[in-house]
Amino acid sequence: MTTTALNENTPVNPNEPVSRLQREFQAGHFVVSGEIGPPKGTSIEKCLHEAEEYLKHTVVAVNVTDIQTAVMRTGSMAISHMLVDRGIEPIFQMVTRDRNRLALQSDLLSAWCLGIRNVLALTGDHVAMGDHADAKPVFDLDSVGLLRAMTTLENGSDMGLDAKGNANVLEGSPKFFKGCCVTPCADEVEPQILKLQMKVAAGAQYVQTQAVYEPAAFEKFMTEIRKRGINVPVLVGIVQLKTAGMGKYMNTSVPGVKVPDWILKKLTDASKEDRQKISIDICGQLVREMKDMCQGAHLMTLGWDHCVPDIIKAAGL
Amino acid sequence: MIVADRKPMEEILAMLAPYKRVLVLACGGCVTVCVSGGEKQADLLASQLKLAAAAAGRADVQFDVDCITRQCDREFAAMLKKPLDQYDAVLSIACGVGVGFMSELAPQATVLPGLNTTSYDASTAKGVWQEYCGGCGDCLLAETGGICPIVRCSKGLTNGTCGGTKTGKCEVSKDMDCGWYLIFKKLQAAGKLELYTKVRPAKKWSKDRNGKGARRLTHKELMETEEFSK
Ligand code: SF4
Repeated sequence: MTTTALNENTPVNPNEPVSRLQREFQAGHFVVSGEIGPPKGTSIEKCLHEAEEYLKHTVVAVNVTDIQTAVMRTGSMAISHMLVDRGIEPIFQMVTRDRNRLALQSDLLSAWCLGIRNVLALTGDHVAMGDHADAKPVFDLDSVGLLRAMTTLENGSDMGLDAKGNANVLEGSPKFFKGCCVTPCADEVEPQILKLQMKVAAGAQYVQTQAVYEPAAFEKFMTEIRKRGINVPVLVGIVQLKTAGMGKYMNTSVPGVKVPDWILKKLTDASKEDRQKISIDICGQLVREMKDMCQGAHLMTLGWDHCVPDIIKAAGL
Repeated sequence: MIVADRKPMEEILAMLAPYKRVLVLACGGCVTVCVSGGEKQADLLASQLKLAAAAAGRADVQFDVDCITRQCDREFAAMLKKPLDQYDAVLSIACGVGVGFMSELAPQATVLPGLNTTSYDASTAKGVWQEYCGGCGDCLLAETGGICPIVRCSKGLTNGTCGGTKTGKCEVSKDMDCGWYLIFKKLQAAGKLELYTKVRPAKKWSKDRNGKGARRLTHKELMETEEFSK
């Protein structure tokens, strides 16, 4: 077994980067991250293969989704750890839907022991959206609460109290690079910005956005958050659209995502053989148009991981 | 008020299938107001059950109807026309409190629920009841413009809207308001948005029913009454 960092000590310097992702941001490089989704079942070879083949040498870190859209599947921590073993830096996505504060904190400690350093705190889709609609949703903490929990663990205690009412002291504490999410093109963006402020106050050190297809709206959002003193690095979210139908679906069903007509038209006009190339070009163009507004791009290729190298090329990175 | 909704007829028929003498017991409290478990509904339900039993070849099943002011209060039990244990089964169409309390008061009786109890609601329009309170035992309404995030937000979040909000509606259903959007609008209108951005400490779920088991309220000055009821 190649478990890493079991006995690693917490860095003394609070600004010392704990991960490659954090180091790249600090160095001022434009960062690209990717994403894989664990399968429903134990056949994990494909997702690990795609990460090794298409992401390992092209992106800085790879998000591993956590029971995404409340559809039951293999866990994010196991796959994140397997990426560590393969020399790929994971971003461990963690939702608060399925675990209470005991399990969340315990899993955070476990993740650190398994060599995981980047954690993306998410609330998670409601169970009603997934394939186990009768499950009991937990949401003991929300994304803000999870960020605070991480900060608390980093400071050497947990959220509980001992018999005398004092904070419990940890035997060894973790140190994460803590991320959060935001929807920059929400129909009403103010509540999103306020929530982002809360997340940063709770300890978020970088932001990964929901899919963005409108550079002008994104620019406005970035100007606004910087004006309010939110200065953490932002990775703009790019979801690769495979068909015009997928774009239309996102417009009607995915909150805070608006796919403009020029993109839908390009995908509609493309012949079946050209569609993948057009789809790559669209992602490349979006990154090109937005790369000066932010610190990186988060590519969500939804199973088309083989397109990542070409998207990066199309983006001129 | 407590709101409850009648169980599907098939479920009630299946529950009552083994019994010959059945009492349909209405309650004059909340369930009368939300038109689910009052005397009128009991009369109607008893006639429906009689017809259904006859259609199933069980015309001999007897369905009586009774109603007391509140099934959740010992003093009104004296209003019962007949002791509950003289029936094979009592179908209570009170909320779950009534079902449980009637069952406790009549140890020999079989008391069955005719309703599914759902929530603490306000009557927001004629024929409409909307959940307003989660009964969590640790009220947050002072900070949320009087809008309960525990029940008006599908996820019961305590720190602002999630990413699922769309045109003021919740990700769970486009027919349901996003509770945190309502809170945002209310605090914005009241000039109190600083309450929205206040990072709240993790909620004390120990005060909720899941925290330390069944909760109990006692008023010391009224303990005599409490003693009488136990
Ligand atoms: S959309 Fe609004 S009501 Fe629905 S879960 Fe998110 S914050 Fe709560």
